[in-house]
Amino acid sequence: MRRVGRFLARYWVMAVGLAVLAYMAAPVVVVLLLSFNQPANRSTTFLLDDGIHWTLNNWTDICGGSETICPALSTSIQVGLISTLIATVLGTLIAFALVRHRFFGRGASNVLIFLPMATPEIVMGSSLLALFVSAGVPTGFGTIVIAHVMFCISFVVVTVKARLAGMDPRLQEAAMDLYATPFATFRQVTLPLVMPGIVAAALLSFSLSFDDYIITTFNSGNVVTFPLFVWGANQRGIPPQVNAIASAMFLIAFVFVAIGQIRNARRARRAATS
Amino acid sequence: MTVPTQPTGGHAGDLELSAVTKRFGAFTAVDQLSLTVPEGSFFALLGASGCGKTTTLRMVAGLEEPTAGTVVLGGRDITRVRPYARPVNTVFQSYALFPHMTIAENVGFGLKQKRVGRKEIADRVREMLALVELTGFDHRRPAQLSGGQQQRVALARALINRPQVLLLDEPLGALDLKLRRQMQIELKRIQTEVGITFVHVTHDQEEAMTMADTVAVMNAGRIEQLGAPTEIYEFPTTAFVANFLGQSNLLTASVTGANGGDVLVEAYGKRFAVPAGRCRVSDGSAYLGVRPEKLHVAVDSATVPGSHIHVPGEITDSSYVGVSTQYLVRAPWGEELSVFAPNSGTEGPLQPGAHVSLHWHPSHSFLLARDNEVAEPVLEAA
Amino acid sequence: MSTVLATSAGSGTAYEPPPEPVAGGRRRRWLPYALLLPGFAWLGLFFAAPMVSLFTTSLYDPSGSEETGYQLTWAFGNYWDALDLYHEQFLRSLLYAFIATVACLILGYPLAYAIAVKGGRWKNLMLVGVIAPFFTSFLVRTLAWKTILSDHWIVVGGLKRVFALGDDFHLINTEFSVIAGLTYNFLPFMVLPLYASLEKLDPRLLEAANDLYATPWRTFRQVTLPLSLPGVVSGTLMTFIPAAGDYINAELLGNPKTTMIGNVVQSRFLTIHDYPLAAALSFVLMAGILIMVLIYVRRAGTDEVV
Repeated sequence: MRRVGRFLARYWVMAVGLAVLAYMAAPVVVVLLLSFNQPANRSTTFLLDDGIHWTLNNWTDICGGSETICPALSTSIQVGLISTLIATVLGTLIAFALVRHRFFGRGASNVLIFLPMATPEIVMGSSLLALFVSAGVPTGFGTIVIAHVMFCISFVVVTVKARLAGMDPRLQEAAMDLYATPFATFRQVTLPLVMPGIVAAALLSFSLSFDDYIITTFNSGNVVTFPLFVWGANQRGIPPQVNAIASAMFLIAFVFVAIGQIRNARRARRAATS
Repeated sequence: MTVPTQPTGGHAGDLELSAVTKRFGAFTAVDQLSLTVPEGSFFALLGASGCGKTTTLRMVAGLEEPTAGTVVLGGRDITRVRPYARPVNTVFQSYALFPHMTIAENVGFGLKQKRVGRKEIADRVREMLALVELTGFDHRRPAQLSGGQQQRVALARALINRPQVLLLDEPLGALDLKLRRQMQIELKRIQTEVGITFVHVTHDQEEAMTMADTVAVMNAGRIEQLGAPTEIYEFPTTAFVANFLGQSNLLTASVTGANGGDVLVEAYGKRFAVPAGRCRVSDGSAYLGVRPEKLHVAVDSATVPGSHIHVPGEITDSSYVGVSTQYLVRAPWGEELSVFAPNSGTEGPLQPGAHVSLHWHPSHSFLLARDNEVAEPVLEAA
Repeated sequence: MSTVLATSAGSGTAYEPPPEPVAGGRRRRWLPYALLLPGFAWLGLFFAAPMVSLFTTSLYDPSGSEETGYQLTWAFGNYWDALDLYHEQFLRSLLYAFIATVACLILGYPLAYAIAVKGGRWKNLMLVGVIAPFFTSFLVRTLAWKTILSDHWIVVGGLKRVFALGDDFHLINTEFSVIAGLTYNFLPFMVLPLYASLEKLDPRLLEAANDLYATPWRTFRQVTLPLSLPGVVSGTLMTFIPAAGDYINAELLGNPKTTMIGNVVQSRFLTIHDYPLAAALSFVLMAGILIMVLIYVRRAGTDEVV
């Protein structure tokens, strides 16, 4: 008993931490389980009250649940890709300006970048709708992209900024000292070194855009993204394929992250052993 | 590669800075600095941190633009030429190796920018890595190298371009003492071998003196003294230099007159004669300086050579440092003088409290101007 | 989330911009502005301008409609109406967000501490565990709580058996499930800033504190906690602000009595099309959040060592 006490005293922080991690993982595990379950009807898609009725149908017939499920998914992917591209370019430019230059208005610019992150999504979404309504702009695909780029920019800026700020400015000086023109310096030294930050920012943008419901719902018009589809279906009964799609997204992302981690670990090991 | 040339002055490839000034806001980092670095020489800019030496170097590299003045290299005004268009390369203090490139790519970077052929780049990189004794490291990344190896890569990366001037910004600062000494010898060897003008910025006076043909001592954005290491050490121009390079005993004195080839001075009621050739002033307030190793300690005043100046004193502190014993000796006027006595074995270390005679040859002393504002000379500025 | 990732990524050396622009950029004072222009134009047009537009909308004549058009009548009465009609939902939102934030702090701190200080070689794996749920659609994850908290599943069933609870014991569609959902959804926003600030903590400081005879608890109170305060502040803000404006959890996991201000804004805007009142509600929400944040930041700023 005393041994158990001492063990707990030593490891209680870790134990609590793991318990919290389990809390965070629980819904994901449930979604994975649900993706292999054949619900009695669509109102019980999110219930496992009488155990799991194992099936692979949700995976083999992933578009089959509804006529709109896969078009919604494809819309979300398109919106995500376009918004990510625009937000990453615009945000990266801002990050360069903020980190690499001192200019009048730099402090104010930093505040402006922070504001969208500190504004509730519902306010951003509704205000954008108010603007579109008063300007007579019809909402739809274009307005969704506009909204997504808007809230992704700040996240891109902070991510790229951190990477840039950690980069030794002497590397650029060294490149210029070695006959590289400003453009060559940017292409051969700055860009490759900032690239991991830009890639991280782009992935973040995509996941934010892909998963956004609140802002999208205000500015979507008749266009249906995947989260809008899930929300709408929730009122009538959700096709079980939704769980398979969510699980697939999770697994794809997980593989990406795992590959990245393994590569980092291997690189670190290689650097350490020589 | 060119044959090493001795500094001669007025050579075609000289680096000339004329009245160069650099201000950052209200702060003047470099103030009306003029100097000529002869082609092929090993030139050291020596000074404490913040004296403007690195800023001077960066202006030569083109990384800072002078507020005023001109930088001329080989007769061509390069003051406003962009860094990438100058035949000048830099070895940075932190090396600034490109972490995402291999050693070979790092070293070949400059040649690649100049659109040199792939084959030639490969050959010259191999040649260069051999020169800095890093053959076989081509495919490693900078993070996999030790500090000393990284430093040599940085050197190779700059040298491979055969610049007219190579700038070294405290390149040995991050290395431990033993590696530093080794690299100093290496650098000197390589410089002699390639014959390129080296401008070396350092705060380490020993480093400057062992490596450079010419040393410029900088202080507060200005050059205090420029000359060969021996000249600067043996006959400094100012109290700052006298104390920045090694230690000096500086006695507050005033010139009282002249006698033949000597300048007569008085300090603390005692009269001294200094050869005119060892004097930076001929009247007014002065410092009478003697290096600690030029002072001799005699237990018996009868053994003092007749040609020597001598003052009595009492040993207040003695520290044994192996090759020598360092004494502090209190003079009759209360000031403590520093003395380095070689441990040649003729006399055992003396204990504090011993009464001794301090003596030195007049030509081993020097006389410097004393501004009344500068009350105390700077000690241990490095 | 990214702020945090970002800070942790750059925790090594941060290079401040040089006093003078780096060579090459020195003759181009316009360059930073050119770099900022496209992004700031976007933010100006689609973030700042809408805010102004929303503010104007909140002052429109409330009797207008999409068909008849709106008139700017400086109808500050909209704000009064908003507070009068919905003060209950409004206070509830702030309360739920507050409880969820505290819960996130209580759950998130040990986790962040475990990862940063005790993680060792499992550090990265644990971080992936924190970030990975992000990649499953958050609506689906929130719906999954319906499964977990359902009346007949193992969690509620188990609780009923252990504590001998009656049949009227429910977790789903209660205040508990809404707050649990909020806590769940915003927990990573708490953990990551905390992790970033704890990770920068020099372990030697803790050793020094132990060396000076501080008990583990005193070490934590007097060294660890004050040093991680920036992470606590940014974590609470990143949790509280979105939680106060959220309506997904209330909608999916709650009942009509757990309606939050977000639900009202959403339905006023999208279902009832009562734009002036909805806009006024949005600004009331912003103001409420701003006041709480200001009080909080000021307290955290002045009483740094609690």
